[in-house]
Parts: sequence; C-alpha cells; structure tokens
Amino acid sequence: MLLNQVLGVVRQLIRRPQSLIGSLMVIVFMLLAIFGSSLAPHRFDEIIRGAARLAPSADYPFGTDTLGRDVFSRILWGAREIILLPTITTFLSVAFGSAIGLLIGYYGGLLDNVVSRILDSLLAIPALVLALVMLGTIGPSPVGIIIVIVLLYTPIVARVVRSAALNVRSAGYIEAARLRGESTLFILFREILPSVLPALIVEASLRFSYAIFLTASLGFLGLGVQPPSPDWGRMVNEARGSFAQTPWALWAPSAAIALLIIGVNLLSDGLRRIFRYEGGLG
Amino acid sequence: MTQTTPIIEARALSIEYKFGRVWLNALHDVNLTIYPNEIHGLVGESGSGKSTLALALMRYMAGNARISGGTIVFDGVDITRTTPTEMRAIWGSKIALVPQDALASLNPSYTIGEQIAEIGRLHLSLDARTAWACGIDMLRRVKIADPEAVAARYPHQLSGGMQQRVTIAMALTTKPRLLILDEPTTALDVTTQAVIVDLFRELIRENDAAALYVSHDLGLIAQLCDRVTVLYGGEVMASASIENVFKHPIHPYTISLLASLPRPVNPTHGMETRLPTIEGVAPSLADRPKACVFAPRCPAAIAICHTEKPPLEQINAERTVRCHRWREIADCTLVIDTAPKLIEMSAPPEAGMVLDADHLEKTFGGESMFGRLTKRNGVHAVDDVSVHINRRSTLGLVGESGSGKTTLARLIVGLEATDDGNLHLLNAPLNAAVDARSRDELRQIQMIFQNPNDAMNPFMSVGETLARTLKRLSSQPMTTAQIDARVAELLESVRLPMDYAARYPTELSGGEKQRVAIARAFATTPALIVADEPTSALDVSVQSVILNLLKDLRGQHGTSYLFISHDLKAVAYLADWIAVMYLGEIVEEGTSEHVYTMPSHPYTEALISAIPVPDPTIKSKQIRLHGDPPSARNIPTGCRFHTRCPRKIGAICETDVPPYRDAGGEHFIRCHIPVEELARLQQDSPNPILDAQI
Repeated sequence: MLLNQVLGVVRQLIRRPQSLIGSLMVIVFMLLAIFGSSLAPHRFDEIIRGAARLAPSADYPFGTDTLGRDVFSRILWGAREIILLPTITTFLSVAFGSAIGLLIGYYGGLLDNVVSRILDSLLAIPALVLALVMLGTIGPSPVGIIIVIVLLYTPIVARVVRSAALNVRSAGYIEAARLRGESTLFILFREILPSVLPALIVEASLRFSYAIFLTASLGFLGLGVQPPSPDWGRMVNEARGSFAQTPWALWAPSAAIALLIIGVNLLSDGLRRIFRYEGGLG
Repeated sequence: MTQTTPIIEARALSIEYKFGRVWLNALHDVNLTIYPNEIHGLVGESGSGKSTLALALMRYMAGNARISGGTIVFDGVDITRTTPTEMRAIWGSKIALVPQDALASLNPSYTIGEQIAEIGRLHLSLDARTAWACGIDMLRRVKIADPEAVAARYPHQLSGGMQQRVTIAMALTTKPRLLILDEPTTALDVTTQAVIVDLFRELIRENDAAALYVSHDLGLIAQLCDRVTVLYGGEVMASASIENVFKHPIHPYTISLLASLPRPVNPTHGMETRLPTIEGVAPSLADRPKACVFAPRCPAAIAICHTEKPPLEQINAERTVRCHRWREIADCTLVIDTAPKLIEMSAPPEAGMVLDADHLEKTFGGESMFGRLTKRNGVHAVDDVSVHINRRSTLGLVGESGSGKTTLARLIVGLEATDDGNLHLLNAPLNAAVDARSRDELRQIQMIFQNPNDAMNPFMSVGETLARTLKRLSSQPMTTAQIDARVAELLESVRLPMDYAARYPTELSGGEKQRVAIARAFATTPALIVADEPTSALDVSVQSVILNLLKDLRGQHGTSYLFISHDLKAVAYLADWIAVMYLGEIVEEGTSEHVYTMPSHPYTEALISAIPVPDPTIKSKQIRLHGDPPSARNIPTGCRFHTRCPRKIGAICETDVPPYRDAGGEHFIRCHIPVEELARLQQDSPNPILDAQI
C-alpha cells in the first residue's frame, strides 16, 4: 500500500513537466552535496598561484576569485553545507512540529489554547532578528544555525499539523480507537498521522526551500560557517566588493542558490498539486 | 389530469459525462413531462441521475457533461439548442431553482434583502426602491414573521428553515413557470420539513406554477406530488400518478422500494420480522448493465432481463413503465413477495439491566474564554436525564437536532465525561470517562457512528480494523489464526464476502462501510451497542438492509441497543422502548407501542404528525411546530416546550415546571395537561406510523 502510494506520487510528478524539472534539479543538487567535493578539481581553500581574477575558461569553468581560488570547486564543496544544514533543520522542525501539532490538535482545549499562543508569539519574532541575536550571543556555528532555524520553523509546522489534525480528531475511527482503549501515542501516530501526512509532506518541502534561503542569508551576513569554508551565501558577500573585477565570483554562487531554491519550489508546488493541499504559512 | 400543453417535456434525453477519455452515460433515454399546475416528484437513489436530470432540465450541466441525444422542450422552445445568453434570460425568470443547501447558495456577504431585491432589478427591471419592497413582500409571503428585520440580516444569522424560506422567496419572485426543487428539505429537521413542505404546496398552487420535486423520501413525494417518475441507474423505471405508483405499483423496483420502508412491528405481537430488502448495490456509472439496469437486483428477473433492454412503454395516457414483465405484475399473475420475514431468535429474552444511567448532567462551556472555564451561560445539553436499558432490548432515542440525544449517547459510551450523575453497567459502577474504563468495561459497550465515511481509518484495511479491535478487546489473548478466523466470521455475519478483509475503506460503498462498522462493534459481542443515526447517511434501499442486519444480530447475540435517530419510522421498527428528548430533557418515555399511540406528549404528537406517510390516501394531521427550537444556551422557564407547544394551556406552562405524569404501564409524559385530557384531545387523530398500509 505504502510503496504503491509512493510510486503513484512519483508517477504524477513525472507527468507534469514543471514538477519533473524541479525533481531533477533537486536530485542533481543532492548528488552534488554527496559527491561534489570528490568531483571538484581543486580544494576549496587551494590558492592557485598566478590564477587570481581569471574569467571563466575550460580550466576554471566559473573563473577564479580575487585570491586565486577556483569558484567552481568552491561551489561544489559548498553544496554539502547548503543542502545538509537545511535537510537537518527541516527534519528536526518537522519532527518536533508534528509531535506538538498532533498533540494540541488532538487534545484541543486549554492545552491547545496555551501552546498555540506560545507558538504564535514565537512566530511574531522576525526571523533574521532572532538569528542575529542568537548567533551573536552563542557565536556563529552550524549547530547554532540549526537551533535557530528549528526554533523558527517548528511553530509553523506545528500549526499546519494542528489544523490538519483538528479535521480528523472527531472522525468516527478516532472515537472507535478510544472506545477500544488505544493509547494516546497509538492514536496520534497510527490513526491521525497518516491522514495529515499529505499536509506534512508539502509543508516539509516548503520548509526545506525556506531553510536554504535562510541558511544562505545567514552565510551572507557572516553568521554561517566560518572562513575559509566555502559557504555560498558568504561567497556572494565576499565577491560583492570585487564585483567590477570578478563578476563571475558573484554570479556563480548567486545562480547556484537561485537554481536550488527554484528546483525545490517546483518540486514543492508539484507535491502540493498532487495532495491538493492549499495552505501553509510563508 | 386534463391533457394540455406541457410546460416542459424531455424526450429520449441522454446525457453523458466525460471521465478521462471515455464518455459514460449518466441518463439514458429519459422521458419526463410536466404539465401546468402539477407537482412532479422525481425519486431515485444516489447515483441514479436525479440531480443531473433536474439540472439538465434547466440546461445547466457540469463542464464535463454533454447532451448526447433527445430534446427538452420548454414553453414551446427546444432548449437543447439555445445559446447561453438565451438561457440566462430563462434562468431565474421562467425556471427557478430551490437548492438543497440553502446556506451555500446564498451569498454570505450580502444581506437577505439585497439578494432578493437584486432578482427584482435584474429580471423584472424594477428600480431599487420597488425591488426592495417587492423583496419584503416575498419574504412575507413565505411566512417570515418580521420581513424587514430578516431582510437586514446576513444568511448565516438565520436558521436552516429560515434560509430555505428565503431561497423559496427568491425563486418565486419572478413568478416562474417551472420551479425545480432539488432535495430542498433533506438537511432540515422533520418538524421544520413539515412546515416548509406545507409552504411549498400552498405557494406552488397559488402561483399557478409547475414544479419538479427531487427527493429520496417516498413519504414526502406521496404527500406533496401529483405524479412521480422513478429513476434508477439513469433510466426511467416508471412514471405515473401518485395513486397508481403508491397503490398499484407495477415495476419491481418501485414495489421493492415501497416494501423496504421501515414500519412498526406491533401487528406481529411477539414475533420479530425483518424488512424485505433489495439485494445488492446500485450500479456505478461505469458498470451499468447493458440490458435492464435493475435486473441484477430484481426479484422477478428472468433470462430476457439480462440480455435485452426493456423499452419504456406507454401504458396509457399518464403511465409509463420500463419492464419486460409489467403485464404479468399488472394482472397479478406475477406477485413479488414483499411479506416481512420472521427472524430467528436464538437468544431468548432475559431479565436484568444492562445499563443504568441516573441523573446525567452535561454542560458545555459558554462562548467566551471565561465562560468556557466557568461554564457560565453554557449549553446545558443534558439535564438530569436517567435512562435504563434492559438486556436484549432496544431503547430508541428521538428528538430534533439540538435536543441532546447525541450528547447523551456520548456520555454513556464515555466519549464525553459527565458533569454529574451515575452510570452502572451490568449492575456494577462504570467509570464516566472512556480513558478510565477497564478492558472488560470497554468490551461491553461499543458504538456505531453516523457517518460511514469516516468510521474507518482510510489507511487500514477492513481486516486490520477488525483484527485490531479483537486484539485490544478480546477477553483472552488470541493467536493470529484465531483472529483471522474471527474476522472471517464477522464479515460473514454482516454478509460481506471474505475477500473484503483485504480491502480499504475507499473501495467500499457507504452501506458496506456501515456493515464493517457494525462488524467492528460486534467483534467482541458487547452487552450494549450505541448506534447514533446509523442509517441517516444511507440510501433508502440500503437503510432497510442495515436495519435488518441490526435486528438479526440482536436476535443472535442478545445485544442491547441504544438506537438514536430522527427517523421515527426506523426507531419504531427497531426499538421496544422509546425516550423522546427536547432541549436536554426527556419529555416522554414508554414502550414503543405506548409512545406511538395516543395519548402523547404534545411534542411527540407533533413529531409523529410531521412524518410524511408514503401513502397518498392518508393525509397526516396538521400539527405543526412553528419557530425554531430555542437555544440550549437560553432554556425557557416552566415547560421547556411552551414556546412552540400547539396545546399550551396558559400561564402555568410558562412559569411552572410540568410534572412527570404516569400514563400507566410505565409510560411517562412530562406535561401540565392531565393524561386523560391529552387522550381526549388526541383521540380522533390518525397515526401516520401505525395507519400506513402499503
């Protein structure tokens, strides 16, 4: 049953050109994240003698930067960070968010009222402000980024799951489960979770694309992974000063970020159509 | 009926829907004629094409539908060939629609007055002021007491009955030649339905209009219509005058459908009977039989029925039928057996109580956050209610929506916690909340839910659902083989094939899902099963199957039921003890014979009177409850029913709480009028439940 459903979703994704392109783009980036560093002709921090500020060529497809590092290699190396961090944050926020959402959606009442208000107040904090304050105090690190983004996205996932769970909490099969004395855990994860899965999958794909964006932004602000590691966001920032001499050093990481986000969004949009799910928060 | 020119006439009409790349026939060779001043009933089960036909008569079709043959002549013009612009001039002015869901068809962002006035401006070219006045006048004509006030309100501020009045007023504003009513009372309470149907009858006659009344309720059709067309599988099975269809039906489908209507069982004292049913399920659009569409379920089908499609034959000026064997049925050489069958009673009755519920109380919180916490100004849903259910007996619980009957059921199964009161199961105290109940207690009380579509987890197969219940609730641990054997046994007991264990809920019809829900409730043979409107979401022919099944299983296992329904006929068929609820209080209780015969509480009397009898020769007495039930937030003083009571005797009803009078034989009535007086007042009224003979 589950395998068939997965195959069905894949089939529908392939049928629609936009979704197919999005899926392929995401797959390519995923492969880059895994194999990128071994495919790269140079190390990310290797300064090639006499090769500073070279325009794109057969040797250096994306040119070199002011220090003489190969931009193409740096992009390949950097793929891991920009994909791995959002993957972890998406996974964690979906896990925490769905647990909280299922719980408050199922119980309702006072618990729901209190927790929902806490989630609302978390949602009210501007993302970048929270990130700046937190990473400023605990110091920029991958773990810090993960904590910040999970803190920001868990409430959003929780609200989506909560509203999906609210729709099924009074269904006959939930009440039948209570009447045969099922534990709350069984009801939450075996009875309710499968019905909210479509909403959850769409929301997860959305969160992933936003997490990429936020990770890149934090990198740009210098709060991401510290130099000399090749963070796409920081590459954009570093190349900004020498845009006149090495525009390719700015264009390449910007285009990489843009393409990745476009790919994820196309895939997310395709999933949304398949599951006929409208909603979610920005 | 005199033969004049019909208002609308559909000839050999066929309509197809496109699914993927194929066109499927939704309506095949349909003839329908409506004359001036006629109310024409259209009966059919879901999927029979009755809504498609009703809307097609207005040339209003879904995007994937097309007319593949035939003509529709309205007022001398073939409207299958008109342009959309020409149709717009007809819609709303010459043909008007009263929809099923009034709230959905009213625009939520305009007031009632603005919406009615718009029709006057658009179709009658009135200026704004006259249009408004005309709208107010229309509201007055549909008997809305304070039309100016209602005109200023928004749709959601009105009750369902009032909303439906507004759509009728809108439909009648332009004095249309033809009114199409698509199940306009299905969503309403039986008491409100009675009032609205009276209004239809009066207004349609008054306006010299013709009407097509679509319904699945044969009783309603019998009481309201002049002629009726029976649709099955997209084809006309029979069409005739009301008297002919109900008194001398000649099509096997009509005969079986009428016979399957639930009726009380008291003529067969002590014997349990079951309703004659139509076997099988209605075919879906994709797999309709090529020959006679009804043949696979027909009790009189012979070889030719499965090979050749019968023609739609014109018997006389007013009667058509589509059946190979109608002649045999008409001259009584073929009799379709519709006599109720006796039920096997393997479990003899037994004394003792299954459930005692004493002085149950439940209040839901008020509107504000503070109100929720303090329960001030809350909804007093169940107020000091006591019910007792004997072993092997059935308590029927009836009342309008909002009477608290579902809350009472949920208190008993423990899905809601009681605020006060005691529950005893098999003479042992029972925990109020389901989470606190032991496995033994859980095993003894199970429930059948109203909506078959969400009764089963869509991600669990039928077998998994049943197995899980057995695993959780069986008294001793069962092996996998034992569980599989028991699942097969359960499926057989609800008459489903064994291979259904591997099916998922989406692969089942509504009736089949409800059978699985019944199998689940019976999995560990509980002492009490609470059934909350188990048949109200099902088609007429399926309802009788489910009612029979409940009765059979009761006979086999000696299970007691708490059977909740707004359908008094279904309750009369199944229950031997009945409690009538109004605004959280029981106003009358007794054996079903006592409750359905006079004297009754005036509320029960009105409920019974509101039932449309599927017999056009019986005109039920006109006791109508006007107004809507008061909000349970704001319960009237004295007798709760005094605001609507047709037999109110005076100030005492408003100030004093009425006594719970003993009418003899454990029959109790909560009323200020003495029992003898009630009996005298009600003596000459016919009883639509007991008198109907079909």
